[in-house]
Amino acid sequence: MATLSLRNVRKAYGPVEVIKGIDLDIDDREFVVFVGPSGCGKSTLLRMIAGLEQITGGDLNIDGKRVNEVGPADRGLAMVFQSYALYPHMTVSENMGFALRLAKVPKAERDTKVKEAARILQLGPYLDRKPKDLSGGQRQRVAIGRAIVRAPKVFLFDEPLSNLDAALRGQTRIEIARLHEELATTMIYVTHDQVEAMTMADKIVVLQAGRVEQVGSPLELYHNPANIFVAGFIGSPRMNVIDATVVSAGGGGVEVRLPSGAQIVVEVAAGAMQPGMPVRLGIRPEAMRIDPSGPIAGEVRLVERLGGLTLLHLGAEGRDDLIVQVEGTSAVEAHQAVRVSADGAACHLFDADGLALPRLARHQLVA
Amino acid sequence: MTDSLAKRILVAVLGWAVALLLFFPIFWMVLTSFKSETDAITARLFFQPTLASYGEVFARADYLAFAFNSIAISLGGTVLALALAIPAAYSMAFHPTPRTRGTLLWMLSTKMLPPVGVLVPIYLLFRTTGLLDTRSGLIGIYALMNLPIVVWMLFTFYKEVPHEILEAGRMDGATTWGEVYHLLMPLTLPGVASTGLLSLILCWNEAFWSLNLTSSHAAPLTAFIASFSSPEGLFFAKLSAASTMAVAPILIFGWFSQKQLVQGLTFGAVK
Amino acid sequence: MSATSIEAGTAPGDAAPAASAPARSFLVMPSVLVLLVWMIVPLVMTLWFSFRNYNLLDPTTQGFAGINNYAYLVTDPDFWASLRNTLVLLASVLVITVGLGTLLAVLFNQPFPGRNVARVLAISPFFVMPTVAALVWKNLMMHPIYGVLGVVARAFGMQPVDWFSQFPLASVIGIVSWEWLPFALLILLTAVQSLDNEQREAARMDGAGMIAQFFFITLPHLSRAISVVIMIETIFLLSVFAEIFVTTSGGPGNATTNLAFLIYARALLQFDVGGASAGGVVAILLANIVAFFLVRTVARRLET
Ligand SMILES: Nc1ncnc2c1ncn2[C@@H]1O[C@H](COP(=O)(O)OP(=O)(O)O)[C@@H](O)[C@H]1O
Ligand SMILES: [Mg+2]
Repeated sequence: MATLSLRNVRKAYGPVEVIKGIDLDIDDREFVVFVGPSGCGKSTLLRMIAGLEQITGGDLNIDGKRVNEVGPADRGLAMVFQSYALYPHMTVSENMGFALRLAKVPKAERDTKVKEAARILQLGPYLDRKPKDLSGGQRQRVAIGRAIVRAPKVFLFDEPLSNLDAALRGQTRIEIARLHEELATTMIYVTHDQVEAMTMADKIVVLQAGRVEQVGSPLELYHNPANIFVAGFIGSPRMNVIDATVVSAGGGGVEVRLPSGAQIVVEVAAGAMQPGMPVRLGIRPEAMRIDPSGPIAGEVRLVERLGGLTLLHLGAEGRDDLIVQVEGTSAVEAHQAVRVSADGAACHLFDADGLALPRLARHQLVA
Repeated sequence: MTDSLAKRILVAVLGWAVALLLFFPIFWMVLTSFKSETDAITARLFFQPTLASYGEVFARADYLAFAFNSIAISLGGTVLALALAIPAAYSMAFHPTPRTRGTLLWMLSTKMLPPVGVLVPIYLLFRTTGLLDTRSGLIGIYALMNLPIVVWMLFTFYKEVPHEILEAGRMDGATTWGEVYHLLMPLTLPGVASTGLLSLILCWNEAFWSLNLTSSHAAPLTAFIASFSSPEGLFFAKLSAASTMAVAPILIFGWFSQKQLVQGLTFGAVK
Repeated sequence: MSATSIEAGTAPGDAAPAASAPARSFLVMPSVLVLLVWMIVPLVMTLWFSFRNYNLLDPTTQGFAGINNYAYLVTDPDFWASLRNTLVLLASVLVITVGLGTLLAVLFNQPFPGRNVARVLAISPFFVMPTVAALVWKNLMMHPIYGVLGVVARAFGMQPVDWFSQFPLASVIGIVSWEWLPFALLILLTAVQSLDNEQREAARMDGAGMIAQFFFITLPHLSRAISVVIMIETIFLLSVFAEIFVTTSGGPGNATTNLAFLIYARALLQFDVGGASAGGVVAILLANIVAFFLVRTVARRLET
């Protein structure tokens, strides 16, 4: 059982505020991912929750109790560090059992718990090795094992996969998700990789410059980003953003004119939109299609063939980096002139402040 | 490597030539110590070895007393310096304040103070306080003398310990003491050992304070050997025997611990 | 900034709630305090004596001397000679040990049979106490009649050199360099070994020969280590004493009298505490001038 709540949590280094007032609730057994660009304060926030960094302002509650002044070991949390931070002079089993040893747990019980964690992580054959004799993936699992052994209320992960190669990263991602299901505890996971966030999270917290931009489930963030920052950060390849002008606004949506003069009806609530207002149109690459009668004309600059998908990089509408994602292998070649169309129901519209207009059609999986 | 045979031979010859050349005076000293005085003033390589000189040196001076003083003073000075320096280096490396850098540089600059500059007052202070010719007096001086270098060396070792390891320890429930005992000490033991070794060597070989602040009771081997530098130092075999006896303990110790010592002798200059 | 840098910086976790950071940062105080006392007390006393008439042999002349001690000092040709000798000794030994040390470090970095034993032999002089080093060199090596060098010279039909009367300062420099070369070699060798092989291979791909590799890759890589060697050696070389005490006692004349030996002679041979203290103050000033430039440049280099 562990719930967390952050109330107006702040952190300043001297005069520089790096965490600028964060409110957040984390439910029991939830897998929460903090995601954001490098330097946005993810690690700092996680370390404040861990107790490694003093909280400058606000309240941090675990299970309803304020823990701002509680030491890191007494918060019932365990952390997996980006560099793993294994104790180099201890064997794998000593590493994993260290917390229990400090807590004066009897040796027999300690061994049982270490063995159990080693079984879960398939570390059995390596228990007597030193960290330097392990591969990167194995070290990473020892770091997780060290956390598991303590049976913490909350697991904290700080970019745990960033030192692994791509294949191992994918595999470990699945292992951590499986672990979450098996252990059924609250987990907080920091990453700058939106794919990790999308695939693992129950709840994503998008941070930028020390502030929360949006909190929600992965699909909610994908389908209904609150603003242009979240829209650009979530989803791969990135959403295409084109400057546009409102032509008309009504119950069926907002009609906008693109730089080339092409017009598209975007199915969003018109709100205060008036004809002539500048807006930005967001179209995900997968919402665009090659269409000889489409409104947008452009030239293919580059073709990336991924096998199952083809990415066409397009120069059009004053941009030279529009991406169209085509299923399967497309026959389109570089330097070819194409026309594309966009699905108005799947488009996003952002006002001059970058805030999203509510979309009319909610995705069926998003509450 | 695709070096030619000629180059490899050249490297080997040069390497050994340099090594033997640098080592030659020590070799010659040991060799001479086994000669008779008449053989000693020849450059003869083959001779009838004798222990006569060692016997005479033993008869003339209480070698063991000097050696004991050297060991006691070097160990004492080193232990005291480490006791002062470990907490200081720990705090500077892991809990730095804006003043830390300045403090470290200031410490090093005190080491630049030439001992002669303060010889007179120290001599007079020692005379007034009765510390002249005592082992504890020299231990104190040696600890202070080496403290800046010891702090610096330890600091460079502590800086190499990743903060995250200590943080992991804190997450695992280590107290300040637990952090030091379970993590920092084992992790930095090689560093402390190598620092201690250097301090031992410097103390053992120190010849300014030991010559000026001791006379008989607390005199270490540096004073023992200085007593052979008088005109009768022309007795080469005796001189060599005494020298060999003064140098042998630290030289053998140095050979055996050189791997350890070398590891630490980087002063943060490497990497 | 590297992990080993002298720059302290702000550590993450410096304000962790569980640890009272201020308390821990006070652990530095014992060392600071003893060093402060160790520095201040004798310094103040030296300053005080330097303005007094104070001769241990002649208790009758007492009292304030004004700047007499200093005036006497700067008009004493021995003083200027000692200042010059101190600096010449420092500079020569630094050049010799750093120069040869760098070359030897590169040499000992090449594999050859028995390299480890050869290295141990080469660094052995570092373990030899200065008094013994001086005695061995003076008598067994450089003695004009019985010394090995003299014997070798005669074997080649040359006139043996009376080192300490013909080249007194150079002889002392030679002995001190022999003692410190191993130290320079040790530190520089570690640095050479840490040189990234790929970097050197890249240079070879770019067409750099042995010499070019040394100057453009190895030497820049060694600059930090060289700074450290210079700094540490300077600390010790400014106060070389035993080697002079044992070999020449500062002579002939004042040819090998450095500041350290001059003060020693004043204080403990002539018992002129006032004059010796004035010399001490100058020594401290000199050390501080050197320290100012050295510590600053070296420290800056160690930061990057
Ligand atoms: N000890 C510190 N002192 C001053 N600024 C810091 C410190 N630690 C982190 N910061 C600043 O706080 C911001 C957030 O850092 P961090 O939480 O590590 O970012 P992230 O993990 O999201 O990449 C950065 O701008 C960083 O420069
Ligand atoms: Mg981070």
